[in-house]
Amino acid sequence: MSVMDRRSSVVDIRDLAVSFATDAGTVDAVEGVSLAVEAGEVLAIVGESGSGKTVTARSILKLLPETARTRGAILLTPREGGKPRDVVSVSGAELRDLRGQDAAMVFQEPSTALNPVYTVGWQIAEGLRAHGKVSRAQAREKAIDVLRRVGIPDPEHRVDHYPHQFSGGQKQRIVIAQALVLDPGVIIADEPTTALDVTVQAEILDLLRRCRDEFGTAIVLITHNMGVVADLADRVAVMYEGRIVEQAEVRTLFSAPQEEYTRQLLASVPRLGQGTAHARERAERRPEGWAESTPVVEARDLRIVYPGRLRKPDFVAVDGVSFAIRPGEVLGLVGESGSGKTTIGRAIAGLTRVTDGSLRVLGTEMNGVKERSFRPVRERIGFVFQDPATSFNPLLSITECVAEPLIVHGRAKDLAGARQRVDDLLESVQLPRSYGARYPHELSGGQRQRASLARALALFPELLIADEPTSALDVSVQAKVLELFDDLQKELGFAALFISHDLAVVDLLADRIAVLYRGRLVEEGTGAEVLGAPQHPYTRRLLASLPVPDPDEQARRRRQWEQLRSS
Amino acid sequence: MATATSAPAPAGGPADPERRRRTWRRLPVVRQLRQSVGLQRGMLVAGLVLTGILVLAAVFAPLLAPYGYGQLRDAQGPFGAQLHPSGKHWLGTTVGGYDVFSRVVYGTRTALLVIVIAVLLSIVAGVLLGLVSGYFGGWLDRVLVVIADAIYAFPSLLLAIVMAIVISGGQSSLVGGILAAAIAVTVVFIPQYFRVVRAETVRIKAEAFVESARVIGASNWRIMTRHVLRNATRTLPLILTLNASEAILTLAGLGFLGVGIQPTAAAEWGFDLNRSVVDVTNGIWWTSVFPGVAIVLTVLGLTLVGESLNDLADPRLRSRRRAADEPPPPGAVEPGGVLIADAVEGVVA
Repeated sequence: MSVMDRRSSVVDIRDLAVSFATDAGTVDAVEGVSLAVEAGEVLAIVGESGSGKTVTARSILKLLPETARTRGAILLTPREGGKPRDVVSVSGAELRDLRGQDAAMVFQEPSTALNPVYTVGWQIAEGLRAHGKVSRAQAREKAIDVLRRVGIPDPEHRVDHYPHQFSGGQKQRIVIAQALVLDPGVIIADEPTTALDVTVQAEILDLLRRCRDEFGTAIVLITHNMGVVADLADRVAVMYEGRIVEQAEVRTLFSAPQEEYTRQLLASVPRLGQGTAHARERAERRPEGWAESTPVVEARDLRIVYPGRLRKPDFVAVDGVSFAIRPGEVLGLVGESGSGKTTIGRAIAGLTRVTDGSLRVLGTEMNGVKERSFRPVRERIGFVFQDPATSFNPLLSITECVAEPLIVHGRAKDLAGARQRVDDLLESVQLPRSYGARYPHELSGGQRQRASLARALALFPELLIADEPTSALDVSVQAKVLELFDDLQKELGFAALFISHDLAVVDLLADRIAVLYRGRLVEEGTGAEVLGAPQHPYTRRLLASLPVPDPDEQARRRRQWEQLRSS
Repeated sequence: MATATSAPAPAGGPADPERRRRTWRRLPVVRQLRQSVGLQRGMLVAGLVLTGILVLAAVFAPLLAPYGYGQLRDAQGPFGAQLHPSGKHWLGTTVGGYDVFSRVVYGTRTALLVIVIAVLLSIVAGVLLGLVSGYFGGWLDRVLVVIADAIYAFPSLLLAIVMAIVISGGQSSLVGGILAAAIAVTVVFIPQYFRVVRAETVRIKAEAFVESARVIGASNWRIMTRHVLRNATRTLPLILTLNASEAILTLAGLGFLGVGIQPTAAAEWGFDLNRSVVDVTNGIWWTSVFPGVAIVLTVLGLTLVGESLNDLADPRLRSRRRAADEPPPPGAVEPGGVLIADAVEGVVA
């Protein structure tokens, strides 16, 4: 980096080290990080959870907990030029002055970043009031102006609305407006699209791009999604275990990664179309007459309604859905949040009541089923939950957790009797036997999800329901868990319902893909059919919104998406 | 964390023998004591010392006290009433002619018995009711919550008086008096345990691991005892210590109002205070000050323990040592260690 470049950088991090005091002693979260962000540039910091990317970004605003200790220097240059200030050593008053004005923050979860008891206009104006005197009318005018610029329709009217009156994507726009209103030199965006659906994510990424192009704001983008990086970033820093392992221009990084770790990270990102050949090969291996065999799960005009409270209308989660899963088949269920995909999975497992229509699971009709008569069927169904952190009883060891189904269904009298089978199970999910003695919190996310898979497979189920099993995991871990899932499915031959919001993940595993939209099944077919020639406009939009981990390809897809949006 | 996943063997992970050696450090109070720093540690230690003195005094009362709690005379004849503190009677004698020091020491026994019985009874009943009510819900839950609210609405001392009279008819022997006081306290406290356990149960019932147990096909009883109960009782030690101090106050209140235990049946601080009311105006201070101080110190000790346990249980309230200036010695932090990584995430989030 030349001397000229350094002069134009808005953020200059030099040899940053952050350590935390914890119950287990001092932990170094970040070590020897040096980064520079130039004006009008999008720098993406990528890495797995625990790699220190969030800590690095938050330290730019000194937003770390009291237990943190920061060393090194973070120089923030005001937008209009002037003397750079070192965030690490500034006083409280100066820090307040610099927050919002020189650098602003966009948080991950827009629904918690906004205060529910104030209007959005008030919350945007709060930043203005904190940095100098503004009259009420002026503040309101500025708030309306910035809301219009981030694409909130009818801002004169909506400025007086409360956060709950906006959708998730609109809330994130408001949070971005809040950051933009003081015209900061740099915006720190901490996973700004992780909590949003793919279609909304595309809109927010578009807005962030406009922040850079129209407002000239630099953006520090923290993300684990390589598609988002390819879509938005100019330059990328890859972090691993608190250090930066590689820094490069976005095209260079994707086309010619230098470090082994970066190569692994890129290789583990699932790509669309990878599963087509895989599915065809599986279809060819099916025995004769398979298509006529009795389905393991068969839904006909399935309808599930959550009763509304206090004069509010009922919520129809699933509306007239029909599908079937045949023995040994993997059905991928895709949809955004609120589309009813999890509800269907829960209904099959008997956790949610069926309101209307028919749902036959392993020969039992679920509409009006009694818990007592369904219990024998339960041992033929396995369930893998979304969040491995909460699906294990924190007070039981892994062995006890995995042995639970064996004991409940009388396959083993006690823990000692189940141990042999548990050891075999742990081995089959590639967990060392000694991990059985550990407690769930002593395992990493990926290890926990393996144990969860072991528990689900303990009774050799005929049907496995996997509800977003990898959405809480890092990409590199996700790739390994998906591979394991595929191997086990091949070996044990169970039928599976694989629920996910990520089309690329579903494409990897599923024989057929079903797309849900607002409780209705809009499209169903093989991966090649659904992804190759989508029929329904929603599927088309979903496909176009999905960012792919390749900057050039993504730029092309983005133009397609813009066309689709304007038409 | 990818490395941790791909690593085939637990490199330097806690081995079994090491774990066993550490178990005593994981005991409830011991662990918190090791965890605490600064002012919080001071509070906890002070509370533990005061509570320890209470327990020791109760256990060794016959050795510590020079006379019995109901003793009015020794070999040289009657003690005499309202004597100044002296070598023979360290803290003087009461208007009834009892030795104040002996009664204060023996009073710890009554106090401790009432605490233990009251807390045990209310925990068993409250936890059971709360668990059933929270887990099954429905009309049973609604009825129990209404009853608990109704008990809350009563002034607790009035309720305790009524219970004490119902149980012992106002005349109290040692066992009858202690049971009356303990049960009176129990009735007041059951709703508290009920509430806490019910709220926790309702929360835990929605957790994924309870659902995973249901998907496995576990029976309601198994889910309640194995998965819900153990997770729902985490906050109980905190309420327990705080309630113990309230139990002492209720007992003293009952004794002061004359529905407690007779002086010949057991020593009881509240009763002694009642008898010393007249003394205060006559300038006889020792009959009221010492039982009063005993009550204050007992309540203070238990409250300090409870409050500091409460603070320590909450990571947001718990103070930690700031990260040291110098880098930690190599090997102190296991790189890629799962536990540690989780702790950092917790702090950041």
